[in-house]
Amino acid sequence: MPLVYAGVCSHGPGITARSDQADPDTRDRFYGALRAMGDEIRASGAELLVVVAAEHFANFFMNNMPAFAMGMADAYEGPIEDPDWLKIAPVKVPGDAEASHSLISSVLESVDVAYAEEWKFDHGIMVPLHFLTPAYDLPVVPCNINCQGPPLTPLYRAWAFGEALRSACDSTPRNIALVGTGGISHWPATPDSGKINEPWDRTFMDRWVAQDKEALLSYSDADIYRDAGQGGFEIRTYIAAAAAAGGMGKIAFLEPIPIFATMGVVASKAVT
Amino acid sequence: MSLYETQKLLYHLNREPKLKASFLEDHDAVLQEYSLTEEEAGAVRDHDIGLLYVLGVNGQILMHFAAMLGIAWGDYLQLMRDGVERHGPVRAGVYKLSGYEGVDAHDRALREKRNQKAKG
Repeated sequence: MPLVYAGVCSHGPGITARSDQADPDTRDRFYGALRAMGDEIRASGAELLVVVAAEHFANFFMNNMPAFAMGMADAYEGPIEDPDWLKIAPVKVPGDAEASHSLISSVLESVDVAYAEEWKFDHGIMVPLHFLTPAYDLPVVPCNINCQGPPLTPLYRAWAFGEALRSACDSTPRNIALVGTGGISHWPATPDSGKINEPWDRTFMDRWVAQDKEALLSYSDADIYRDAGQGGFEIRTYIAAAAAAGGMGKIAFLEPIPIFATMGVVASKAVT
Repeated sequence: MSLYETQKLLYHLNREPKLKASFLEDHDAVLQEYSLTEEEAGAVRDHDIGLLYVLGVNGQILMHFAAMLGIAWGDYLQLMRDGVERHGPVRAGVYKLSGYEGVDAHDRALREKRNQKAKG
């Protein structure tokens, strides 16, 4: 089975940028769970890592905003943020243009995805990679779902994108891991940065773990904006990961870390 | 379209080192290339993070402009609050205020809730 691993994690820049301001015990357990996820990905035999992220105007702007985009390059640069601010050193992350080409061709069978032969990674991908593949030795296929500039793609289309990614993975002989990044409730880069709606997040993750498609897709953007903030729009990446995996989920870490402006999330899915 | 132009300028500044260098040398020379209103151009020229926030600049764009200007994270958050105080509520976009007690108080409240739950 070519999709050999699926999971999700949070990606807030504060996770690395404000590392020194967090409660050390909570932070270290969260970092440990992220690194353990990296170990699981390596143990799965993955040869390629598909990262479904929600970027923040690093590459895509309102002049030409794709609902879905996938990278198609042999290497990507990151982080686009000031490395001293993000506390992640500049790095060239390996990609695989040929593998991307094949996956994109397959996704296009059902979802109109844009492709990008140039892509600068922002914290949405760099923060997870910093922990999952600290040696940057696993080629990455970046995917983006526009969760920043409304109008946004409906949640059921994020599900369809996940299913299309799964079919694409299944059509190649390579072992592929997929990680969705972002969320859950948060109000990043506003004066409300650090607010977390923990009950909302736990309900959402219960639905994610249970693979309850109907409940996962039941939120309106107005609901999300009110209860989970503009950062909550990023649940699209978790929904895509659930659709790609198909099975039940398992939580490795789920605790609010306000100084990181997000819930610390590390969770995986059974690929079925 | 004007808020779009303001955001476009800040997006370009974050992505293009040459433009950033030109901007730091001469703000007006770069501002001329974009169709901003007087209020918007003034906010950019004066590094008025609070007003840019109120005008509706997306926080994911604004935070990089603040970082470029060497503004620390805590100060950036405060400048946005000051902006709302001075200029009124956020006028556009999805980065409006929702009412929040701040990181430390929120952290404490979440812990208390968790402890109560553990006990109960």
